[in-house]
Amino acid sequence: MNKILLVARREFLSRVQKKTFLLTTILLPLLIFGFYALIIYFSVKSGDNLHIAVADEANILDGTIHSKEDMNFELVKNQTAETLNTALETKKYDGYIFIPATYELMGKDSLQLKSSKAIGIMTREKIQKSFNDILEEKRLLSLHISKAQLDSIQNNANRIKFATVSGKTDDDSKAGVSYIVGYISGFLIYIILFIYGSMVMRGVMEEKVSRIAEVIISSVKPFQLMMGKITGIGAVGLVQFIIWIVLVFGLQLLLPLIFPDLLNQMHGQPIQPAGIQAAQAIKDNGGMTEIMRSFSQINFPLIIGCFIFYFLGGYLLYSSLFAAVGSAVNEDPQDAQSLMLPITMPIIFAIVIMTKAVNEPNSGLAIFGSLFPLTSPIVMMARIAHGIPDGVSLWELILSMVLLIAGFIATTWLAAKIYRTGILMYGKKPTWKEMWKWAVRKS
Amino acid sequence: MSNILELHHLKKYYATQKAVDDISFDIKKGSIFGLLGPNGAGKTTLLRMITGIFFPDEGEVIFDGKRFDPLNDAVKIGYMPEERGLYKKMKIGEQVLYLAQLKGLSKSEALEKIKFWFKRLEMETWWNKKVEDLSKGMSQKLQFVTTVLHEPRLIILDEPFSGLDPVNANLIKDEIYGLSQRGSTIIFSTHRMEQVEEICDHIVLVNLGKKILDGTVADIKQQFKKNKFRVSLKEIPATIQFNGFELLEQQANTYTVKIKEGFRSNDLIRFFLDQDITIEAFNEILPSLNDIFIELVEGTTSVSRKFQPVH
Repeated sequence: MNKILLVARREFLSRVQKKTFLLTTILLPLLIFGFYALIIYFSVKSGDNLHIAVADEANILDGTIHSKEDMNFELVKNQTAETLNTALETKKYDGYIFIPATYELMGKDSLQLKSSKAIGIMTREKIQKSFNDILEEKRLLSLHISKAQLDSIQNNANRIKFATVSGKTDDDSKAGVSYIVGYISGFLIYIILFIYGSMVMRGVMEEKVSRIAEVIISSVKPFQLMMGKITGIGAVGLVQFIIWIVLVFGLQLLLPLIFPDLLNQMHGQPIQPAGIQAAQAIKDNGGMTEIMRSFSQINFPLIIGCFIFYFLGGYLLYSSLFAAVGSAVNEDPQDAQSLMLPITMPIIFAIVIMTKAVNEPNSGLAIFGSLFPLTSPIVMMARIAHGIPDGVSLWELILSMVLLIAGFIATTWLAAKIYRTGILMYGKKPTWKEMWKWAVRKS
Repeated sequence: MSNILELHHLKKYYATQKAVDDISFDIKKGSIFGLLGPNGAGKTTLLRMITGIFFPDEGEVIFDGKRFDPLNDAVKIGYMPEERGLYKKMKIGEQVLYLAQLKGLSKSEALEKIKFWFKRLEMETWWNKKVEDLSKGMSQKLQFVTTVLHEPRLIILDEPFSGLDPVNANLIKDEIYGLSQRGSTIIFSTHRMEQVEEICDHIVLVNLGKKILDGTVADIKQQFKKNKFRVSLKEIPATIQFNGFELLEQQANTYTVKIKEGFRSNDLIRFFLDQDITIEAFNEILPSLNDIFIELVEGTTSVSRKFQPVH
């Protein structure tokens, strides 16, 4: 045990003491956050204020039109298509809508907006919505439905409330927040497994590349060396993770400033429908305060506890597999890549299952994914976000944990056998069949 | 004098060859022991079994009177493999400390010993440098230090002089003598026969997984001597015809002869004395280990070996 700690300490210190460690740990999430913020900002930010002239020859608008946020609708009189075109050229307006005298409010004809420049898809959506809102209102009014009546029809106060047999009623926003929490934690574990798994693989290759493997193995058992590396690198991951969490909490102060605007922008944008539902649910239920309340409905201690368990379990399981691969290859990074593929496939598969499990935590696929040790770290997080017993029953959770523990014991045992042979072998790259032989050969 | 190491009928078979095929020998405490053999003879596999890196398929290793226990005996053994290597990016001082601790030394013990050896071999300025900053000869020296730092009872050196210039080679050689005098036993594996002759007391020659020779250098030379003698004379003798020897070579006044069965060196000397020739020099030509090695091993090495399935 002592020797494992010695090795782990060396692995940990040699990585943490590098100057680049702090740099990448802090800079990376900042960069990613900034990157995403920019993307979202650019995609939702509207263009310049558009000035649209509306020539209402059919007089359906009754002389009134109100402008929306960055769209100025202006009623103009006595204009023809030609004069309006000229107006476009002189940049008096950015575009115009000509409603011909023959236009029927209740008819099926569509209107056309002519613009001087091509209008982007986001802006078009906005214009559609704005103008059609106006038209819809006018149509309803022509059917003698007043605005007050209109509003009362559209009142969401009578929305169906959802509850499970366990009896607790929950808001839609809880479903939305569960979705997001599940998604994020699943994704986090996915990223962690990838980054630290490949770090373990490279770490294992270090002894072979520097040709120090034999010297070390004459002092410690191969198993101790392997576990030392896995533990040491895991500790590095933990430290980085904690630093990131601290950073994220710090950035959270900025988030509320961006969030409300974001939600408004996202409404009506062609993004993933599921995300919209979640965002819509949150918005319709009163924005940030509702989110706060929903967060309190989510069983955070459970989620955090499970996250830690699955993060550790998944890391132990996959890092031993990565260690086995790293011990078999010979300095050629391409060999490493090709052997890595079969191991990364279940992880990617898990993410695919997860996207279904966040929405349907009790579907057959989700249940399988959350029990199978190779995919459970990611899929179970998606189910857990919905809480017990809504998302997953207690016995399923316990079974999944037991299977994961059995899983990583099995992979560690297997990996140790492959590792002890692979680490001393130079020369040709072994096939999976050969590696299997090492694994089952008695020591 | 007791044995530091005893190997009893060790066997290690791989799928395509019998790497070690029933090898047994003993090594006395305090000796400098040579393990010789051509490439692919099984030397490295043998050494790995002695250090606990591999486990024998059959047979046993007795270390210092007891069954070999890789975990606990590791601290008593120092191993410098032929595949030389150290962590390139690690600082030298840290690395030597790490390796010593892996062997089982406490931190304070290790630091003490490091200071001692660094001073002795003039490496004090190396502490904060990285291994990748060293030249080849320097890193060999460093690796040697990591091998002997913990004053192990048994030191195994696989081709320790490869890549060293004569000055550094000499330095290491002196250290080996010193360690031997202080009670460590040294196993030396090499192809450099002239060094073996110079340094080793006892040798074992292996080939194709089997032991071929086992004895002291002197005994082995005796075993393979061809009764060749070289005699330098002051004057040219009247006759050199004698049924007791066969003239092999003549260079000016020096004659290389082979003494035939039934005769001995004194007969040769008497032959020249009877002619009243002044003898200036007379010595036996013993075969060099190099010659013996070649004689025994030629044509059988792994270079000419085929891969055969093991039964």
